[in-house]
Amino acid sequence: MPAVMTRVSWSELAEIVGKEHLRAATAEDAFDDITPQMVAEPDTAEDLARCLRWARGAGVKVAPRGGGTKLGWGNPPAACDLLLSTTRLHRVLEYAWADLTVIVEAGCRVADLQKTLAEHGQALALDPLWPERATIGGILSTNDSGTLRIRYGSLRDLIIGITVALPDGTLAKSGGKVVKNVAGYDLAKLFTGALGTLGVIVQAIFRLHPLPRERRSLSFGGTPASLNQLLLEFLASKSTPTGLQLRAAPGGAQLDVRFDGTAAGIQAQIDQVQQLAAPSLVPSPAPDDVWLSHQAIWEGAVPALVAKFSVLPAHFAAVCALIERAAAAQSLAWRVVAQSVGAGYVRLEGSEQALRTGLLALRDELAKTGDTKLGGTIVALGCPVAVKRGLDVWGPPSDAQPLMVRIKQRFDPDGTLNPGRFLGGI
Amino acid sequence: MEARILDEFRAIVGAPGLITEREQLSTYECDGLTIFRVLPLAVLLPTSTAEVQGIVRVCHREKIPFVARGSGTGLSGGALPAANGIVISLTRMNRILEVDLPNQRVVVEPGVMNLNVTARVAPDGYFYAPDPSSQQVCSIGGNVAENSGGAHCLKYGFTTTHVVGMEVVLPDGSLVHLGGKAVDRPGYDLSGVFVGSEGTLGIATKVILRIMKKPEVIQVLLAAFNSTNEAGAAVSGIIAAGMLPAAIEMMDNLAIQAAEAAVHANYPDCGGLLLVELDGPAPEVETLMEEVADVCTRCGAWEIRVAQSDAERARVWMGRKAAFAAVGRISPAYIVQDGVIPRTALPYVMSEIVRLSSEVGLRVANVFHAGDGNLHPLVLYDDAVPGQDKLAETLAGDILRLCITAGGSITGEHGVGEEKKKFMSEMFAEPDLETMQLVRCAFDPENLSNPDKIFPRPRLCGEKPGIYEPHPLEIAGVAQRF
Repeated sequence: MPAVMTRVSWSELAEIVGKEHLRAATAEDAFDDITPQMVAEPDTAEDLARCLRWARGAGVKVAPRGGGTKLGWGNPPAACDLLLSTTRLHRVLEYAWADLTVIVEAGCRVADLQKTLAEHGQALALDPLWPERATIGGILSTNDSGTLRIRYGSLRDLIIGITVALPDGTLAKSGGKVVKNVAGYDLAKLFTGALGTLGVIVQAIFRLHPLPRERRSLSFGGTPASLNQLLLEFLASKSTPTGLQLRAAPGGAQLDVRFDGTAAGIQAQIDQVQQLAAPSLVPSPAPDDVWLSHQAIWEGAVPALVAKFSVLPAHFAAVCALIERAAAAQSLAWRVVAQSVGAGYVRLEGSEQALRTGLLALRDELAKTGDTKLGGTIVALGCPVAVKRGLDVWGPPSDAQPLMVRIKQRFDPDGTLNPGRFLGGI
Repeated sequence: MEARILDEFRAIVGAPGLITEREQLSTYECDGLTIFRVLPLAVLLPTSTAEVQGIVRVCHREKIPFVARGSGTGLSGGALPAANGIVISLTRMNRILEVDLPNQRVVVEPGVMNLNVTARVAPDGYFYAPDPSSQQVCSIGGNVAENSGGAHCLKYGFTTTHVVGMEVVLPDGSLVHLGGKAVDRPGYDLSGVFVGSEGTLGIATKVILRIMKKPEVIQVLLAAFNSTNEAGAAVSGIIAAGMLPAAIEMMDNLAIQAAEAAVHANYPDCGGLLLVELDGPAPEVETLMEEVADVCTRCGAWEIRVAQSDAERARVWMGRKAAFAAVGRISPAYIVQDGVIPRTALPYVMSEIVRLSSEVGLRVANVFHAGDGNLHPLVLYDDAVPGQDKLAETLAGDILRLCITAGGSITGEHGVGEEKKKFMSEMFAEPDLETMQLVRCAFDPENLSNPDKIFPRPRLCGEKPGIYEPHPLEIAGVAQRF
């Protein structure tokens, strides 16, 4: 144990959360080959804020944790002494179904929230990874969206209010429980995707959508190039899909399209997209689980690297070609699933050295502004910690990095929260 | 202003880009909310990002506050000049720089008019979704500052939904790129923070917009009810049936009279008028429109019309979009408010507005974005009657407090600006406002960019977080530090 930690008086923390809710961390709590010392599970937002203030005062470094499904995302932390768990903050506080809004605590699991909302035929229009285990705070902090994004937007478009706990013990709100609201700065957007580096999300308010009346999906087979073209044609048509994704792997690619609405409305749109595809591409009905492909890509042989790329939708085929080339050069297995908004996952399987080299090659090619002009980014999300060491998983910082550092310094001046895990060492 | 600074400004923007004559300056002394007026020391009209940077660098060095201004159509005094400061007008930066239809992106300078974006892409079947009522004259830069909405944000979202990236000149003159053409750029979502910050975090010099494909079919239903409560019940019925219309708008009798007087929209003379717009695939719109009509009939609608043609639809909307100005036909003066309430609180809030207005003896016309609970009460008064302006202001304030009590907001799309900053402490607790100030201090530690807007009290930022040096204002007890 490092010398500085011997001075930490954990009994003070036990007084805040209650002795039975502070325990020594075990191997199961480790992430990125770091084992924190303790795990605290406060029961209220106020107690969580007190924990943070105590940690800051004691020089204890904190990683917030929800369901723990994405704890390995980001750079390995410079230090982590305490896991601050939102497990016990799992309540749905106010479900105003007639207003299509819900106030929920950060530790509520996504599937649990959806179950409550389904009782009134509504949903948070989002299909993030591992909803049975992932929490609201976790999907917000990692900005995890899924296949519904083309129609309903991502978390930033669905969250209308937030409460956060800051390292100085402040509990602060922004937004509110009305959908339309421009009073004050939008802290919900600042905290969405901030990976718990500015504060801990303790509560969120979302706008909701009615569950679809009917739903049908189709899949088209072809090459990445032909399907990328078809995807653009769908986007340029009058159809309004609620899912449009491209899957690719050595040997073939598929384009999946999903429509929600009334039976007649769906049929009209299916007729339309079939006409666009004909005569070269003929669809087959798609099983529901194609819409879990963004989750399935996390499973397979190891060692592996799953990275998220962001590009313009016209560039998917070019990205697939880049991936194929980089994979061939490093003898990597690969597959891709991309949503038409321009965000996708690539999975690479091979040796750790090959994974790292492959990732860096892809990053260089994506960032190029020469003939390809892709101007995209790629972030390594899931990979062995050995691959992460010595590189920034987020990629090179932009000209806004000094501003981001100033934001971090204002919110977390002592670097209490997740030090080093975010872009450029934030 | 010192001659050497004016010379420096002139060297940056050229003589035609610098206004210092009093008569010309007075054009810029207020925005669409004319009760607040401050004459700026100078107005600069840059034509490029580099010129904006040059101006802001001088301001930063000399500690001159600056206020960026688009078309000046704002309704909360957001573009009100700072005393002893300059105005940077972006109207000459009005080029559409790039149109990328396959990827549904348009890159514009901030002075481009909102409607010009749609006009540019409409021949190809696209549109830019945010449609504030002032869309013919308001600028994208102003929309970014205010996070402007419009009637159709119920389905399509606000400006923030449709801005994917920006080039921004920070208050120290440095240039940053927030977001980008592609989604989810790694790092904090500062584009999301910047949109709606009312000019307090810097000046956007390029904006990357998302455009959308125009729906196959658009239909508007117009339903006449005896009261706004009946119309409100119909709105709840439509939402409860699982429909998400493109827009749901409501007007009360006074607003209908005004719209009729102004543009002859041919609205039925009723107590509560509902406009419901559906869009999407033709067979779907057809089915759902029948359901909407059923709900309206069940809730007491005695006349229902569906505008089929583009021309009919345009006329229905013209009455609604002209409603604010139209009120001028039935009242010498009026105050527009912009409160938001949870939709279900509508009957309560409406009855309270009636009570409050009869207590002070002033009329209130009501125009709502009913689908998302955004109220635009128009408090009518006669500015020739001594004291009535104050009465009207008090009534407008009481209506905002009513919105806060009902769990809503003091502004849905007009912004806090100068006008509503005194209500911020009623809507937010002190720690909330202090936390928002952390953002401002990171962007603008010297408080130069549209200073003293949004927040109720002047604030100071410690130069370096963690190192405390008391500021003279602090010692005097005038300001607080964060």
